[in-house]
Formats: sequence, C-alpha cells, structure tokens
Amino acid sequence: MANQAHAHAETLALREQFDTAEQQKDASTLGMWIFLITEIMFFGGMFLMYTVYRDTYFPVFALASSSLNAVIGAINTAVLLCSSFTMVLAVRAAQLGQRNAIIIFLILTLILGIAFLGVKAYEWNEKFQEHHVPGPTFHLEGTGEQGQAQLFFSLYFAMTGLHALHMVVGCGMLIWLLVESRKGRFTAEYMTPVDIGGLYWHFVDIIWIFLFPLLYLIDRHLGK
Amino acid sequence: MITAAAQEREHYLNASYGIKSWLLTKDHKRIGLLYLFTVTLFFFIGGAFATLIRIELLTPQGGLVSSETYNKLFTMHGVTMVFFFLIPSIPATLGNFFLPMMIGARDLAFPRINLLSWYLLVIGGLFALFAMLAGGVDTGWTFYTPYSTTYSNTWVIATALGIFVAGFSSILTGLNFVVTVHRMRAPGMTWFRMPLFVWSNYATALIQILGTPVLAVTMVLVFCERVFHIGIFDPALGGDPVLFQHLFWFYSHPAVYIMVLPGMGVISELISVFSRKPVFGYSFVAFSSVAIAVLGFLVWGHHLFVSTQSVYAGMVFSFLSYFVAIPSAIKVFNWTATLYKGSISFATPMLYAFGFIGLFTIGGLTGLFVAALGIDVHVTDTYFVIAHFHYIMVGGTIMAYLGGLHYWWPKITGRMYPELWARLSALVIFLGFNLTFFPQFILGYLGMPRRYHVYPDEFQVLHVLSTAGASVLAAGYLIPMVYFVWSLRYGQMAGANPWGATGLEWQTASPPPVHNFDEMPVVTHEAYDYTTVLGEVEVG
Amino acid sequence: MSEHVDSIKTYGGIWLLLLVLTGVTTAVAFVDLGAFSVVVALAIAVVKMLLVALFFMHVRHSTRLTKLVVLGGLLWLAILLTFTLADVWTRGLIGTPGR
Repeated sequence: MANQAHAHAETLALREQFDTAEQQKDASTLGMWIFLITEIMFFGGMFLMYTVYRDTYFPVFALASSSLNAVIGAINTAVLLCSSFTMVLAVRAAQLGQRNAIIIFLILTLILGIAFLGVKAYEWNEKFQEHHVPGPTFHLEGTGEQGQAQLFFSLYFAMTGLHALHMVVGCGMLIWLLVESRKGRFTAEYMTPVDIGGLYWHFVDIIWIFLFPLLYLIDRHLGK
Repeated sequence: MITAAAQEREHYLNASYGIKSWLLTKDHKRIGLLYLFTVTLFFFIGGAFATLIRIELLTPQGGLVSSETYNKLFTMHGVTMVFFFLIPSIPATLGNFFLPMMIGARDLAFPRINLLSWYLLVIGGLFALFAMLAGGVDTGWTFYTPYSTTYSNTWVIATALGIFVAGFSSILTGLNFVVTVHRMRAPGMTWFRMPLFVWSNYATALIQILGTPVLAVTMVLVFCERVFHIGIFDPALGGDPVLFQHLFWFYSHPAVYIMVLPGMGVISELISVFSRKPVFGYSFVAFSSVAIAVLGFLVWGHHLFVSTQSVYAGMVFSFLSYFVAIPSAIKVFNWTATLYKGSISFATPMLYAFGFIGLFTIGGLTGLFVAALGIDVHVTDTYFVIAHFHYIMVGGTIMAYLGGLHYWWPKITGRMYPELWARLSALVIFLGFNLTFFPQFILGYLGMPRRYHVYPDEFQVLHVLSTAGASVLAAGYLIPMVYFVWSLRYGQMAGANPWGATGLEWQTASPPPVHNFDEMPVVTHEAYDYTTVLGEVEVG
Repeated sequence: MSEHVDSIKTYGGIWLLLLVLTGVTTAVAFVDLGAFSVVVALAIAVVKMLLVALFFMHVRHSTRLTKLVVLGGLLWLAILLTFTLADVWTRGLIGTPGR
C-alpha cells in the first residue's frame, strides 16, 4: 500500500510505545476527543452559572445583553466560522499531501483567529469606556439592580475571556503547525497533528456558537 | 526460583542512573515510583495535621490551639489527604506501574503526558504547601462560599490554584489510561480477559475525565470572586452560595469513587490470588466498576440536603444514592463468593484485603444511613459523617493501597518484604483504625459536631479513645515505611512470580525490563486462569 | 490512507449554511417570540454545532467510539445542568420556611 518513501515517513513519526502508525493515529485522535470533552465540562460549569442567573434575573440580564453590539458580535461569529472553514480546508490539504495548500489555509485561519481576537479586544475596550466592567466604577443605565447587572458582565467577561484564552492557545498551535508544515513534516500518511489541531480549533468555534446567542441575543426585541 | 543473575540483569531501575534519568523519564514504571515518593510525602503531611487534630481533641476545652488555628488544621488535613494523597494514590502509583503491563503494553499511550501529570501534581502540591506554610487555609476542604470567597482572610487563592493544577494532573492521567486501555492491549487481550484492576482503573479514569474539569472551573470561579469580587457566590450581590456547592460536589462526590474504585480493583486481584480462584462473577464485577462511575455522578445533591436545596431535588438525590450502593454490594458479594472453597492464604496482602472488605462494608452501609434524608438532617456535619468516610477512605482505600503495595512490592523492587513484621503491622493498623474511628460513629450519633474543637465534657471519653487509636494507627503506618526501605537492601530476592499469580505482570522478571516484556505477549487464556500458572507460592 | 476526504464543495456548502444560520439567529432575536426566543436561539446553535461537529470535525465518518465519546460529553453536561436546575427550579414549591 505505502511505497518506501511513505513507509519511511511513517516510521520516522512512530513513537516507541506504539506498534503501528495507525495505532498511534487512533490513540492521538481519541486522546484529543477525550480532551475536548473535558473542555465541555470545564466550560459547562460556567454555562451552568450563566443559565441559573439568567433565569433568576432575566429582565436585568436582557437589559445588560442589549448593551452589547449584536452586529459586531454576529460579524465576529462569522469571522470565526470562516476560520473553521479555512481550518478544515487545511486538514483536507494535509489529507491530500498538498504542502503549499496546508500552509496557505493555516495562515488564513491564523489571520481570521487574530481578527476575531482583535474585534474582541475592541468590544472589551468599549465595555471599559462605558463603565460596564465589574468593579468600583461599574454602572449600567436603566436599572436599579446594579448587583444583578454586574453579575451579567462578570459572566460575560469570564466566559468570553476563557474563550479568548483558548483562542490564543489555538493561535499558538496554528503557528507551530505552520512551522512544521513549512518543514514538510506533514504528508498524506502522517498529518495527525493537523487533524487534531483542527479538532481543537473547531471545538473552540463551537463554544462561541453558543456564547454568541446566549450573551448577545437575549430579548433584543425589547428594543435598544 | 531465585535467580542468582538478577543483580547483573538490566531492568528499569538500573538501566540508567542520575537524577535526570528520573526527572525526565518517560517510563511509566519510574513515573509510578516518582508518584509513590510524592504521595507518601503528602500522606505524612496530612497525617501530621491529623495528629495535631487528635491531640487537640483530647480535652473538651481545647487548649492546644486557637479556634482559628483548629480551622486551618482540619482544612489542611482534608486538602492534603484528598487532593494530594488519595486521588492520585492507587491510580498514579500502582495503576501507572501495572496497567500497561497487565494489558501487555510497553508503556501508556502518552508517556510524556504521564510525566507532565506528575509534575503538575508536584507543582500543585507546592502551591498548597506554600499556602500552608505562609499561614494556612481555614475554609474546610470544601471551600463553602461566601466564607471562602468573601470573608476568609487566609491563603484561599494559593490553595485553590494548587488544587486547580493538581486537577489537571488527574485529568491527564485519566485521559492516558482510557486511551491506553482502548488502543494498547496486546493481541488476544480482549476486554473480558483484562484483570479487574484494569477495569477499576478504567472506570476511575472515566470519572477523572468527566468530573475533574468541573472542579477546575469551580476553583477558577472562587479565584475570580476573591480577586475581582464578582459576586457569583455572594448573596449580597445576588449570588447563590448553593450554586457553589452544586459545582463543588458535582466533582467531589464522584471524586470519592476515584478514591475507592482503584482500591476495589486491588482487592479483586488479592482475593483471587490468595484463594487461588478466579474472581466469582468476573463480568459482574467488571460492569459494577463502570456502574459505580456512572451512577456516582447522579447523587451529588446528597451533600446538599441541609443547604436550602429544594426538598424535591433532595428526594431524588436520596433515592439515587441508594442505587449507587448496589454495584458496590455486588463486588462484596462476588469477593465473598470467590473465597468460598478457595485455597486461602493469609499472607499480608490478604490480611489487608479482609480488612478492606469488613471496613468498607461498614463504611458503605453507614453511607446508606446518611443517604436517608431524615437521618441525614440529624447526623450531617457530625462525627457520624466523618466516621463514615474515614471507614471508606482509610479502612477501605488505604488498606487496599497497602495490600497492593505489599502484593506488588516483589515485582516493583525484586525484593520481598519481611512477612512477620508486615502481618504485625497489618494487625496494628486494623486495631488502631477501629479504635480511632468506631468511637466517632457514636460521637456523631450523640451529636458531636465536626470541625469543632470545643465540646461538652461527656464526649471526652470517646475522643480520648479515638486519639489513642490514632496513635496506634500512626505506629502501624510507620512500621511498613521502615521495613519497605529495609527490604530494598536486605529483603529476600524475589522471582518473577512469588505468589503464583496469573496476570501478564507476573510473566516478566522482577524487577521488569525497561520495555516490560522481552517479547510481545499474546494472550490466549482468560483472566485468573490458575491452571496455566506454575509459579511456586513462596510465602504461605 | 483509507480516510474519507470530503470535497471542497461539501465544506463550502456547510460553511455557507453556517453563515446563513448566524444571520438568521441574529435577525430572529429582534422579533418578539416571548419564551420561544431562547428555544429558537438554542435550536439554531445546536444545528450549527452539529454541522461543525459532523462535517468539519468528521464525526459523521468517525468510529463508534468517537461518537460515543462525543455523546458522553454532551450527556454529562446535560446531567450537570438538569440536576442543578431541578434544584433551582423546584425551590419554594412546598411552603416550608427557608425552602
């Protein structure tokens, strides 16, 4: 099946605890999936907090949510979805052993990821200017329940912050993948790091797929 | 038989020398020993706190330490013992060492992640130790809010960070074990030929993967609340302290199964070898491990019965808590049935196994008492609960741990421990344990609250008995420390299979070669098939 | 290798669908659906998640074990949420003081 060159590529990457390259790939993939479900539970704790408090303090949460810019949030969501598209194309290129395509798509993914973070930074700065950052200078107009409003923004910063941290790690991973791709490390026979890197990137995207409507789109029809 | 050439043969201990060869090792056996050293250290630190607690409780007025200091003592005892001793103990020492060998693998799936796990435990432990030395933590190991987040003036953040980091150690070990069991079994090693010790560690690993991340995020939230005063757990800002308890116990209840399941796996091995019989109802025991892991996630609210959790939720959690006892009971019944008509040997590991079965049963049954809503209202936060969980953790897990250490010591070191001293210390531990903790059931039932160092005079007799027991128990734990170290130099040399056990780990030399097996094993027989084992039992 | 390689067209189609759904969920948020708003928003999010998982993460081509792992993770999150909400939402149903 694999010619001499490919067999060589296989053996080079094979770690000594494994018997075959396929076993190594299966183990690595399973390992990444298990890691991702630990991340589901990790973010899950915050989603729980959010769910309970949103339910308890619905009117104030709706008001606080409407102070976020839904259009920018939607655009940022689209940016991240585009980055998932370029990422899966990078994985596909790796499956086909297309070194240049891998590099191009990884670069595009990285650019989009950084763009997302840039927009996030802009949004956070806006919140800072509007005194919506929890702390001594916090004030949300339109309600007497400043404690509840602060709760919303605490959760907003905690959850988007944790997500952003994961994005930063993801960007670091992309840079590593880029460096290795340029060395020609990935072939159709061995592209596991790109594959599982993709899994991580898509997962972080999925987290945002939930964060966006939950944080930005509570009862927008209330008008503001 | 004793191999005269054992000293010259290369094995995992002498294959390389120097501190770097240990601190940068990828060998699961060496990592298991690194963990052994680390958890033993934490055991003695936790034990030191326990000693101070028991001395303080000798007198009703508690004159040795102030209330504030006492709060720190029981907190640090709990934190050290739970997160830095019990959770890693069996999986990271015996599991690391033997899981790959038992399935015929050369190592775990991810050896470097395994080493990282150890470093994370050490780093987390250093954070916690720093907190203890810098002034301590006084919130209880349960960190209930808003005391821990708003009012306590102690080193909560450092401790929370330490637990957070150690949590990732646990998660990565769990991930490693699951992938290893799924992907690294030798040819012929089907799921139902695996030793039950592997099944238990696999089930434990599932809990570590699914539960520990919630503990991690909880510690992050405590950190955020303390530093940024965000108010998620502070009623003054609209937060709900009971939500903290939900998040905390979602992990911490399954955590108790992380602590006891591997011990149960050890017991399955010991009961089988020392009755020279296959474990009765192998598949029931295997499935019961997974059942405990799953059901254990559905009962956490039984820690919240008096917390203002809704009565309806309390009833559901109480009901489910009865179910989780069933798979544990299945194990006890199967172990007992294994003994029936077996050829019983009273070697030290078997003594610990018997101790486990008796004490775990008492601990488990008293768990049913506290699972009953009505009873729990009276005994919660009393010494009854303390006695209940110490019967399981100390009477159960630590006994299993010691039993396993003794059983596998010849394989790990190539030496036998001294049997007479070992049996003696097992007896001392058993007696000391019961003297320490049985009076605590009575104390709790009579109303002695936990986490109090000042108490009514009429409780003093029971407290004195308990402290006396603790001294005996402490002595019992020190003796093996001495003879295990002694045996490294002077212990009788051990062959490949001194117990005549089944299991792939006994088919290779003691100590094992670096890559575990000289040739990849091919498994053709069922687990616990004693007809194929020709080893001589050297200790009777 | 024996892996299934999806076409760029497939990925592109999913990508466009994801963008459309993002637009839909944003637009729908401005319509008064009462209590259904959150249901619709979550439903769309779930569909997007499934598209990313099944197509971009290749879950639809993956082994049974992988699918079990994914299901397990989601189920465990569901346990955390439902049992805790079962407490929060049933407090005060009986007129017991403090409950």
